[in-house]
Amino acid sequence: MKTKNLTLHVWRQDGPDAKGAFETYTAENVNEHMSFLEMLDDLNEKLIIEGKEPIAFDHDCREGICGSCNIVVNGYAHGPQERTTVCQLHMRHVFALGWSEIWLEPWRAAAFPVIKDLVVDRGALDRIIQSGGYISIRTGSARDANETPIPKPISDRAFDAATCIGCGACVAACPNASASLFTAAKVSHLGMLPQGQTERFDRVRKMVAQMDAEGFGSCTNHGECEKACPKGISIDFIAQMNRDFVKAMVTSKHDVEAPNDAE
Amino acid sequence: MQRALTLYNTTIGKKAVMAASGFILLGFTVGHLSGNLKAFAGPTEYNEYARWLRTVPALLWGARIALLFAVLAHIGSAFQLWKRNKDARPSRYQKNVSVATDYAAKTMYFSGPILLFYILFHLAHLTFGGMLFGEGAMFGIEGYAWEVSNPYNNMVRGFQHWPVVIPYVLGVVALGVHLFHGIWSMFQSLGANHPKYNHLRRDLAIGLAALLTLGNLSFPIAVMAGYLEPTNLTFHFPELM
Ligand code: SF4
Ligand code: FES
Repeated sequence: MKTKNLTLHVWRQDGPDAKGAFETYTAENVNEHMSFLEMLDDLNEKLIIEGKEPIAFDHDCREGICGSCNIVVNGYAHGPQERTTVCQLHMRHVFALGWSEIWLEPWRAAAFPVIKDLVVDRGALDRIIQSGGYISIRTGSARDANETPIPKPISDRAFDAATCIGCGACVAACPNASASLFTAAKVSHLGMLPQGQTERFDRVRKMVAQMDAEGFGSCTNHGECEKACPKGISIDFIAQMNRDFVKAMVTSKHDVEAPNDAE
Repeated sequence: MQRALTLYNTTIGKKAVMAASGFILLGFTVGHLSGNLKAFAGPTEYNEYARWLRTVPALLWGARIALLFAVLAHIGSAFQLWKRNKDARPSRYQKNVSVATDYAAKTMYFSGPILLFYILFHLAHLTFGGMLFGEGAMFGIEGYAWEVSNPYNNMVRGFQHWPVVIPYVLGVVALGVHLFHGIWSMFQSLGANHPKYNHLRRDLAIGLAALLTLGNLSFPIAVMAGYLEPTNLTFHFPELM
């Protein structure tokens, strides 16, 4: 079993308005089979024993499904391994790259204020969902799965979009801190299914308007988000959202309200 | 009171404007190149074509106004989005890697302004050359004077001199790089995507960008290689005054 000492430069910041800075730590005897977060747990134990403030980072499931964890590792949102959340990144993958010095940064975006250290407030994504990312029609209790026939390619595509865990890595990786991939995934998975049709063109307008109001940047079609996304969500969904949005704006007979800028 | 959402007030709307205006400008560059390729048919054909362009003022001015409008819309939206995107990430990453972004995408904010300056230079050279330099030497080049009825010579004789060739080549290369990302981006921004045809979007961007770059470079190359030469024929086209 391989172990290694790592030099970590960690972003420390006391609160949203505090000035942050990097602090350097040594993680000693890091086991190659630790996950990245376990490596940080270990370091935190040491910091606590030394009477220092442990490094704050977000996590919950540690299974790659909840979307809580978020660290930019040496410039890669969620670390260098494709389609992997940082909680599922293991140190053997990091060792394999020969890294012995690692920079840990929070998601950096105006719309994601830092709560503490590596923890950011991703409430903006929740507010995008609240603006229209749901179906308000009562569909009753669970029905037979095949009662409403949906062609397999469409249900597959809708499911691809629905795998978004709302982690915000797309925003972190985007040169413009745009939330286009997240919003597109959430707009599209409903917009492709029969239950989502009724509100399809209102939904896309409300969600895009909220996305803008939150202060995210615009999409410049660079494709960084798709590569950073732990679920591999395709930027084809962004094109799909753009098409639905422009169509809605041009052809809808009623307006939707522009939300006030979120503060 | 709540305002109604308008297309142009949204980021996606502004991108749609960029795509649509970019499409108009792309259409112009294609037409512009195909018209200018007449240079290879000879000075008479080239100058006749230039004259013909001036014989339908409604068309000429219609096109000019549409182009001006497209340029302003393109730059205006680009500027607003640039500002917004800059504000969206106030604190920069210490470590920043890009995994997917290609050179063209990364340099849009450079190739764009280069193109703008190049277009101004190009207009000063071949459209307003007579107005700017009168009878005098163009760009201070000895013996290179504007010939009112002879656009062919204005072009060919310019490309015999490096001070004209260098900005031209830079401009044309910037155009190619800009279009490499721009054409692909245009489809994406307007939502023109279909799993069956998506791979063609990149191919089309590469093909068109290459065609326009090489096509436009063919003029200075042909002149410098001595294949296109100034003509001694004289023309009298009052339309070109
Ligand atoms: S689209 Fe991908 S990167 Fe963005 S929030 Fe969803 S899962 Fe995370
Ligand atoms: S902690 Fe749940 S996805 Fe990483």
